[in-house]
Amino acid sequence: MSAPAPAPMKQHVDRKTTWLGQWWRHALLVPFTVATLYPVLWVVKMALTPGEDFELSANPLPTTVSFENFGVLLGDWMFWRQLYNSIVVAGITTVVGVVLSCTAAYAFSRFDFPGRRAGMDGLLVTQMFPGVIMAIPLYILLDKTGLLNSLTGLALCYSTTAIPFCVWMLKGYFDTIPKDLEEAAVLDGASRWMIFTRIILPLSRPAIAVTALFSFMTAWNEFILAATFMNKATSYTLPVALQAFVGDRSTDWGLFAAGAILVSIPVMSLFFLLQKQLVEGLTAGSVKG
Amino acid sequence: MIRRLLILLLLPLLIACPEQEDAGDTVVVWTSYRGEELTALESVVEDFNSSTRDTRIELLAVPSAAYKSRLQSAIPRGNGPDLFIEAHELAGEWSKNGLLRPALPGDLDRFAPATVDALRYDGQLWGVPIAVKSLALYYNKDLVPEPPATVSELLRVGSEATGGRALVYEAGSLFFHAPLLHAFGGEVEFREDGTVGIDGEPVARSLTWARGLTERGEVPEEADGQLVSTLFNQGEVAFAINGPWFLGEIKKPDEDNPDAPFVNFGVAPLPVLDETGEPLRPFLTVEAIFRADQGAAPDEQVIAVIEALAGLDGSIRRAEEGGQVPALLAAQERPEVRDDPILSMFQAQAELAVVTPNRPEMSIVWEPSGRAIRRVLNGSSSPEEALERAQCEVDRFLTPPPTAADPGPYLIVFGLLLVLGAALLVRSARKRQVVSRVRKSWRSYLYLVPAVIGLGAVVILPFIIGASVSLFAHSGGEFTFVGIKHFGRILFADECGGVMDPLSFWFTLVVTVAWTALNVALHAGIGLGLAMLLRDPWMKLKGVYRVLLIVPWAVPNYVTALIWRAMFNTELGAINGVLGLFGVEPVAWFSQFATSFAANLTTNTWLGFPFMMVVTLGALQAIPRDLEEAAAVDGAGAWARFRHVTLPLLKPALLPAIILGSVWTFNMFNIIYLVSKGEPDGSTEILISEAYKWAFERQQQYGYASAYALMIFGILILYTLLTKKVTGGDVK
Repeated sequence: MSAPAPAPMKQHVDRKTTWLGQWWRHALLVPFTVATLYPVLWVVKMALTPGEDFELSANPLPTTVSFENFGVLLGDWMFWRQLYNSIVVAGITTVVGVVLSCTAAYAFSRFDFPGRRAGMDGLLVTQMFPGVIMAIPLYILLDKTGLLNSLTGLALCYSTTAIPFCVWMLKGYFDTIPKDLEEAAVLDGASRWMIFTRIILPLSRPAIAVTALFSFMTAWNEFILAATFMNKATSYTLPVALQAFVGDRSTDWGLFAAGAILVSIPVMSLFFLLQKQLVEGLTAGSVKG
Repeated sequence: MIRRLLILLLLPLLIACPEQEDAGDTVVVWTSYRGEELTALESVVEDFNSSTRDTRIELLAVPSAAYKSRLQSAIPRGNGPDLFIEAHELAGEWSKNGLLRPALPGDLDRFAPATVDALRYDGQLWGVPIAVKSLALYYNKDLVPEPPATVSELLRVGSEATGGRALVYEAGSLFFHAPLLHAFGGEVEFREDGTVGIDGEPVARSLTWARGLTERGEVPEEADGQLVSTLFNQGEVAFAINGPWFLGEIKKPDEDNPDAPFVNFGVAPLPVLDETGEPLRPFLTVEAIFRADQGAAPDEQVIAVIEALAGLDGSIRRAEEGGQVPALLAAQERPEVRDDPILSMFQAQAELAVVTPNRPEMSIVWEPSGRAIRRVLNGSSSPEEALERAQCEVDRFLTPPPTAADPGPYLIVFGLLLVLGAALLVRSARKRQVVSRVRKSWRSYLYLVPAVIGLGAVVILPFIIGASVSLFAHSGGEFTFVGIKHFGRILFADECGGVMDPLSFWFTLVVTVAWTALNVALHAGIGLGLAMLLRDPWMKLKGVYRVLLIVPWAVPNYVTALIWRAMFNTELGAINGVLGLFGVEPVAWFSQFATSFAANLTTNTWLGFPFMMVVTLGALQAIPRDLEEAAAVDGAGAWARFRHVTLPLLKPALLPAIILGSVWTFNMFNIIYLVSKGEPDGSTEILISEAYKWAFERQQQYGYASAYALMIFGILILYTLLTKKVTGGDVK
């Protein structure tokens, strides 16, 4: 379907004034982005400086550049093994988290059933349980169910912790999708499930992208549970391996920083892939209530 | 695209399966070693495994941040190792808590006597010593050719050599202050009645003296590990007091680049204090192999493994490759150790050191005494006042657990509540014809079942178990039912400084609320602003901005929190560096509440806004542009359009993110723990970090910590109810 009528004209105007008309946006964004990246440049500087030679000063640009730290990390087969574990855990978490949340959020958004409001509130409440008191009981539970020391068990823990936010986020989004679309589909003889998978889900790509990113991140950067539940170095995830560079009294800053950068690259790439979904979810004009 | 991504993500599901168990004849050993110490230990283990047939060592290195908590959860469940390596200090507390088995009988005369004594507690021997560690004096040979014999000489030579500071060490902690403390004859007193004294007169004198050092500018007042290594490496100071772990941080000659600067350094025992004629005596840490309770390996195999790690060959290996000073006398006399200029000095220092007390009470002394030392050094209180306060805190942490209560009345009340609740539920169900409605909408529940099962198992069940712990007191590995006494203690505790004391629940609560409110406001404000700036589809470079602006979310926050901590360093930190460009005097960020709080706030705002930006960007897509355009046609200004069209439409998506965001921020433990560390005086601590300290750093008082956590839970529930009332209920 086509874009709303005034759009072509607007587009024309905007194109003409792109740089000039938007200079103020850039004037706001450039300093902000620089300030945001400043601490990150420090991580880069530490990673690129061999040994512990980096000097703390106002200048975050590296004075010497060496890929020694990256070489050390990437040359170790254990790194690749642990990267694989991280991908497995974060992958399962994302899939399980998003699938479970989509179905649950759809029910909360479209059906009226007893316990609906209590359910939404309940989800919120689960986020308020302080982690401090849950770690040891969770350990006991995984031990009893034989899921200790398994990547699946770890992923299940992560995906369930991600569910409440995902459900709230998705439900909020589903609520904004006009009901007429579904009513029309019902008239055409579509089942509930078909409506859900063929209409609602494709329309909700921005929200699904956000929840997928969120679930992925929940699993990707967590290390306390992973370090506690896994019984072998070969089943550690990357954040655990990263923590090994931090001792009680001294830290291998170079390797730690290089590892942090390697750990963030997949997240950045994932975001880069998802951002298209994030901003182009509602393709112009496909739904105009 | 989406489909391909899905397949990619699903693939691991098929491959992931639990790893299988190992054969029975392995001895599992855990350690938190890293770097060279770990490599050396690994090579000892490898040798053992290739030379012995019937026993294998399975070594697991655990990051030190998770090491103790992991042992504490694994050992009682029978999942712990057979053996683990730790400092001797835990012998008292851990044996009392039933986590250790007494050491197996063996020849003890072959170890340095002090190291064996260090492992005795309550008439039993709890471990086998493998190495010793203590602070010693590092000196820059290019600045001072010979190590000084006395402290006055050290200060004089040191100041002359650099024209500035004479010495650098992490002055603000008990561990580093201990050499002075002992030279003045001070000590941590463990009295008959179970109380601990840290306010003796010699302690005060040692503090006065340390304050003199910083006041005269001979020693930097606010030094952390980073400052120590930077000043020493840059030759800005000739002397540093530090432990063997510092060796790895000193600049060594670079073979590939002979012109690169390095430090020509030596190690020597600490000098003698002129005032008392006593040497500065640091704490001695004895690293030992402990037997975990419930370890399954048979005794003879365990003995063989201990022999391999602590025996002569293993000791020499660890000394040569890992730089560890052995506890084994035969190894100390070997040329590899005796003739090594560094190992021999650390060994000489170890003989003059004071073994750190292994009493269970010792573990709570560090926190209050560190605070007292920092207060004296920054001049905010006199030694006597600071110590009086620290003593009061020590007494408070050591308050015996509440007395046992009779569970009877609680069971009755609980039963009544259960019945009442059930009755109310049934009544309201009847009234609203729930049964027939449930029957009608059973399909809806199918959509929910998987999520509910998952949440029930992984979140709700652990919570119920964890919450019920609040009714019990944990002490000596046993749980005693005490009812609701913990809650009473938290609410009405007689803190050392009353309600306004930084450690009181009420003070911490106020800080936590301010922390949450400010953070969430900043997150939402910045996130929303950025999303509005970046939503224009025709904007140039928007993709680049978007990706760059989520970087703070992408880099693991425990890494960036440490970077921020370093950036707020008074002397070296980049923040003061940048402020200096504008002529601002250096700010000691962590010595005042307001600046310390601001440092935490800055870090967390930086970490949190990208998430809000992403959420808002997603939500903005649901808003049809023509609505805003229509408003524009009707003559609404930009602000009016935002205020009356965009914002109301964003509300359904933003409200949950804001409510959840405040809940997460309320419990944002990492930042406080890593950035301000509660300084000054524990005033920037929030509720969750206090709860954590009670659980893991103050003698494992799980019950008290759990009660603390439940209070947090209650507050959050109240908050949400209020928010809902204010904002007019949840999203329809």
